[in-house]
Amino acid sequence: MSLVTSLGPYASFIVTAYLLATAVVATLIAWIAIDYRSQTHRLRALDESGVVRRSGRSATEL
Amino acid sequence: MTLIDFANPTKFLTFTTRALPWLAGLTAILLAIGLYQSAAAPDDYQQGATVKIMFIHVPNAWLSMFVWAVMSAASLGTLVWRHPLADVAAKSAAPIGAAFTFLALVTGSLWGRPMWGTYWEWDARLTSVLILFLMYLGLIALWRAVEDPSRAARAAAILTLVGAINLPIIKFSVDWWNTLHQPASVFRSGGPTLDRAFLIPLLVMGVAFMLLFLTLHLAAMRNEILRRRVRSLQMMQASRSAA
Repeated sequence: MSLVTSLGPYASFIVTAYLLATAVVATLIAWIAIDYRSQTHRLRALDESGVVRRSGRSATEL
Repeated sequence: MTLIDFANPTKFLTFTTRALPWLAGLTAILLAIGLYQSAAAPDDYQQGATVKIMFIHVPNAWLSMFVWAVMSAASLGTLVWRHPLADVAAKSAAPIGAAFTFLALVTGSLWGRPMWGTYWEWDARLTSVLILFLMYLGLIALWRAVEDPSRAARAAAILTLVGAINLPIIKFSVDWWNTLHQPASVFRSGGPTLDRAFLIPLLVMGVAFMLLFLTLHLAAMRNEILRRRVRSLQMMQASRSAA
């Protein structure tokens, strides 16, 4: 609280800017992590259905 | 492993799987140091504590242009060399670049209100960055509108290269026109005009955000490669079912 009050009369602008940056970066990280889970889940489902890549490797193999 | 090996998506996936935890850790450490230095930085004699907004506004503004430059280089890779990962790199970078540009605009607006007395002014710098943001959104819409990624890649690459004209306009807008936005104070011919007390936290935050972009970009590229693998396997499955 003392840090916020030490920011002077424009503390709300400074805090809002930092909170917004945190929220946007956190959303980006979450979106990429959720997308990764979704793609690996879909690959696992394809693997279980017996589909293999042209190289002969399984869907989930790197 | 040589650079040409990264042209192979499978080798690229192996590399990203190994590199991402290290990059994420390094990014977190540098962001923590940068944020601590930003909090400890003194108030500016004119702006007071609002100068602290600079430590997030400026790195985001740098990245908004840098990401488009990366996408332009990748677009050349698509059109000239037909590099298999070039359009993956361009497509994955667009939403991240849009997010950084959005942050540059909003944090700049929050800095402008107490310093200039207004959230927004239609001056050359602000307007050209807004155009950059709209171009990012247009590019994302284009990628989503065309289902086949290889067909979308060519159109997106041309649009990206045309849009690159905006980068020097953004950079030099403060020199070419009389703007409310201040001129460059870090990357300028006479050296930085910022005091070390502000310059060092700003550079640390700049490097931290650059690493953040690299980490997110590699992770998003990995997702895009996996998405394309899913698509091709689903098509194989569908053609087998039809036969």
